[in-house]
Amino acid sequence: MMNQNSTLAVDFAGVVLKNPVVLASGTCGFGQEYGKIFDIEKLGGLSLKGLTLHYRAGNDGIRIWETPSGIMNSVGLENPGVPHFAEHELPMLKDYHFAKIVNLGGHSVEDYVKAVEILNDYDFDILELNISCPNVKGGGMNFGVKTEIAREVVGKVRQICKHKLMIKLSPNAEDIVSLSQMCQAEGADAISLVNTFLAMAVDINKKKPVFDNGYAGLSGPAIKPIALRMVHQVCKAVSIPVMGLGGITTWEDAIEFIMAGATAVQVGTASFMKPDIALDIIDGMQEYMNRNKLRDLKEIRGIL
Amino acid sequence: MGKVLENKKVSKDFFLMKVEQKNQALMGQFYMLRAWEQYPVLSRPVSIYDRDDNTVTFLYKAVGKGTEIFSRLKKDDEIKIDGPYGNTFPYVEGRIALVGGGVGIAPLFYTAKELKKQNPESNITIYLGFSDEAVLTEEFKTVGDRIITNVGGFITDEINPEEYDAILTCGPLPMMRVLYEKGKDTKAEIYVSMENRMACGVGACLVCTCKTASGNKKVCKDGPVFPAKEVFYDESK
Repeated sequence: MMNQNSTLAVDFAGVVLKNPVVLASGTCGFGQEYGKIFDIEKLGGLSLKGLTLHYRAGNDGIRIWETPSGIMNSVGLENPGVPHFAEHELPMLKDYHFAKIVNLGGHSVEDYVKAVEILNDYDFDILELNISCPNVKGGGMNFGVKTEIAREVVGKVRQICKHKLMIKLSPNAEDIVSLSQMCQAEGADAISLVNTFLAMAVDINKKKPVFDNGYAGLSGPAIKPIALRMVHQVCKAVSIPVMGLGGITTWEDAIEFIMAGATAVQVGTASFMKPDIALDIIDGMQEYMNRNKLRDLKEIRGIL
Repeated sequence: MGKVLENKKVSKDFFLMKVEQKNQALMGQFYMLRAWEQYPVLSRPVSIYDRDDNTVTFLYKAVGKGTEIFSRLKKDDEIKIDGPYGNTFPYVEGRIALVGGGVGIAPLFYTAKELKKQNPESNITIYLGFSDEAVLTEEFKTVGDRIITNVGGFITDEINPEEYDAILTCGPLPMMRVLYEKGKDTKAEIYVSMENRMACGVGACLVCTCKTASGNKKVCKDGPVFPAKEVFYDESK
């Protein structure tokens, strides 16, 4: 039963989420597909499919591989590019009232900056900066591995970005705590973590890696305990709000992330088990609050 | 949620499973099936072998964890069934060849039925290729005018595309490519049903993307059926 005095609503860096459950980037497209299957208006937010300045066709070869309790993916940021998104996909969400989070990647600092300049003219709630992309001009290492390399892109984007800025951290970072502190120091409004873990699978019959790129990103319940530990460490280290993700599948998982300090959570891979699983998580969290006579998630946030 | 009405073994590793499910599914479409909670993580896309308004029958091959779980389902067990998803085979007419390889024969049964229902004048030849054991050939005889099977060889050796107005195929990519190469300069329209690995099944995750002559397509949503010339285009052109 709904407890009138109890609310799942959270203030996330000044953006009010009706509940703290957001679909993770890359698992929910631009919202339209799941919008036909369940009532996405009930979600706290959607983090939309990762964009780059220009259209990308994405990777060749196998793009998904199942592992025990997880999946590996190598989509390669297939997307229509920022201008197409801003004119065609974004307007289709205008009548929804959840938080609209635009996820942006890039392969050079200049690309990030140009893309943000375009996005500045459009209406959405949060820009989520994906820094887990290879820096093509900087030798190919991901921007998000070394704090000082990430600083350049975070700092430059912060200077021009008119939206709330959330930096999505890679768990492949050399030092995720220093990375998160840098984001705060550079003026980010929030942090989300974790992106996928770099992983590998081998086709022993072909004697080759399963993925054309060799490595791919691991997500799903397999990574949850590590993601939770990283979220806990980061929440201890920064004062800006954190959106926790990594294998969240049940409402109990979501409560764990809140207790570890997250203000909100993202659900990704679990949607492939059941498209509307995020709604089950929302309901489960509300029932937990009612049973424990909690009026606000503040009462349990960061208690560990 | 659907209820299993029947789940019978039809060869060493092929199974036919009939599920109670009200539907208006079309030939060539598929469902996402799941008979477990969290693991394996992904549901399994399985195409429609046969259907009526209250049931859907699936032909599947027990090859991995998911299909192995399906193979153990008994009458009255529950199965999560989401769909139908995807597009359909085109309603072609005249002299038609349906060419299936391995478990790729699955969508051809109901397709043959539908095409015959739509135009009883059409003449349908069904080519069934298997690596080690022929499956369901007697059943296919009830829906096709002529059945040609090949076990252990290449089913594509059996067909002369010149004889057909349309060829619809589902099976291993190399088989479909050979068929396209054989038939591309004939009058036959050729359509392929793709079997890429999927996650969401509805077009949200982009893991089943197929590169085509007119750009990237989602096999789950824009497909699984495509004109063969779209899939086997010459990238150098």
